[in-house]
Amino acid sequence: MTDRTAVSAGKSKKNKSAIQRRLIPTYIFLAIVSFFSVFPLYWMITAATNKSLEVAQGKIWFGTNLAENFKNLTGTEPLWTSMGNSFLYAVVQTLLCLFICSLAGYGFELYHDKVKDKLFAVLLLGMMIPQVATMIPLFRMISAGNLLNTVWGFILPTISTPFMIMMFRQNSRNFPIDIMEAARIDGLGEFQIFFRMYMPVMKSTFAAAAVITFMNAWNAYLWPKVVMTRNEAQTMPMLIANLASGYTTDYGVLMLGVLFCSIPTMIIFFVLQKQFAEGITGAVK
Amino acid sequence: MNKKKGMSLLAKQKAAGWVFLLPATILIFVMSFYPMVQAFIMSLQTGSSANLKWANPITFNYARMFKDQLFKRSVGNTFLYLIIQVPIMLVLAILLAQLLNNKNLKLKGFFRTCVFLPCATSLVSYALIFKSLFATTGLANTVLMNLGLIHENINWLGTPGTARFVIILALIWRWTGYNMVFYLAGLQNIEYSVYEAAHIDGANGWKSFWYITVPLLKPVIVMTFIMSINGTLQLFDESVNLTKGGPANTTITMSHYIYNNSFGQGVANFGYACAMSFFVFILVAILAAINLKVGDTRD
Repeated sequence: MTDRTAVSAGKSKKNKSAIQRRLIPTYIFLAIVSFFSVFPLYWMITAATNKSLEVAQGKIWFGTNLAENFKNLTGTEPLWTSMGNSFLYAVVQTLLCLFICSLAGYGFELYHDKVKDKLFAVLLLGMMIPQVATMIPLFRMISAGNLLNTVWGFILPTISTPFMIMMFRQNSRNFPIDIMEAARIDGLGEFQIFFRMYMPVMKSTFAAAAVITFMNAWNAYLWPKVVMTRNEAQTMPMLIANLASGYTTDYGVLMLGVLFCSIPTMIIFFVLQKQFAEGITGAVK
Repeated sequence: MNKKKGMSLLAKQKAAGWVFLLPATILIFVMSFYPMVQAFIMSLQTGSSANLKWANPITFNYARMFKDQLFKRSVGNTFLYLIIQVPIMLVLAILLAQLLNNKNLKLKGFFRTCVFLPCATSLVSYALIFKSLFATTGLANTVLMNLGLIHENINWLGTPGTARFVIILALIWRWTGYNMVFYLAGLQNIEYSVYEAAHIDGANGWKSFWYITVPLLKPVIVMTFIMSINGTLQLFDESVNLTKGGPANTTITMSHYIYNNSFGQGVANFGYACAMSFFVFILVAILAAINLKVGDTRD
């Protein structure tokens, strides 16, 4: 008996190593793809520590010019103002977008009737409106409302999106409707049910939605470029684009700027990768 | 007793439902649908932004658009990126997803994180990284020189052909992992036993890929396809930051050209820009219609 198990264990071990051997081409292919995926970002980080000339000469290891690059970067561009702006816009955008869209998703799914379903179908049409098509009328609206260079000008067009509403609506299907009835009998109002029962239960959806909204807001470029006409209101992507638009480019300084612009999204990526992936695939279930 | 309060409990619930969805609905109407109508009206007007008048003839901007060589080139460029980049990227993404879905594979999480990592960078950031890598004195040239593949530096971004190549390469780098995530999620819904059964029946890797993975993932493939086309039609950040549309506007995209005509180069030609943006809207709408049709017959 013990002999036989030993034999079969030996066999499966052999089997396993055979399987691993057959996977060698897969490992090689994945290693190559991984290298090319990571290398540009690794290079960006090393370049941030080198002199522009060293970068141009093809140095791909860390240098000693980080402090100098930092001095030049903060000397020519309002780095902290732009970081602050980007944080402010992205955080306000995330909080309001989540609140408005989760309310709507909740309303569309748990109070649904024929009229609301039709209305939702109409809202979905908004998904096919390209940003560039509404950019000019929106600019005139924001400008007429004296909201250029303000956080409101940044967020108003995107705090309610069909995608986010759809994500919350889709995920609300898992919300147990019996709980609502029980809560009503216990005397909870409709809003109390939303805040005290729905929000805690839907934590993971809120997390995924928050990650994706923050990322999108932080990375936005076209719309901020349109509404943020003053230097003091500019965002990080606008700042690094400015760094590169001069006649000569200091690659060390530029890559340090790119690094600063990437730090918040990188942190989110590494800490909340699962939520990020869920946020991307969001409403597709 | 309820009637005394003015509203029955049920009516209260109904009203609450509407209160929940009203803010979002109003915002979408005011911030998307209304501007879209405005854009169409403005596309029939000419003049500076403060002084728009009805165009004469009314279709003036549209007639101009179809005669505008630069606009035609921007459409051509956008479609070129689309036709080359989207298929390569999606095939690569689905292949990677399939490889990573292997139960026996070790380091799965590590590989997945690596391939997914480019998504953590903003569009402007990666455009600038690629711009620097492919500068005349950039790392790409240095490496190729040292390998002996080229004998003088290539002016990657200064020549139309190679500039377009760099844009396509950059797009593939940034978006392959993004699409892979969709396929991985889709593959998780396929029971692993299906593959094992196929393996016993003698189906090798490629066969099970073609006859199991692809058919079962079809809805996801259709969706990523549509999303990628939609994204490429609206390409802006890369064109602006990687090549500035150059050299001599040979790599400019539709959105970039529209931006230049409205906010970019000191000319605020809102009427004309709106006409062109309406053209983009029509393209995206056609795409959405196709999407609905294909989506309907997916079973």
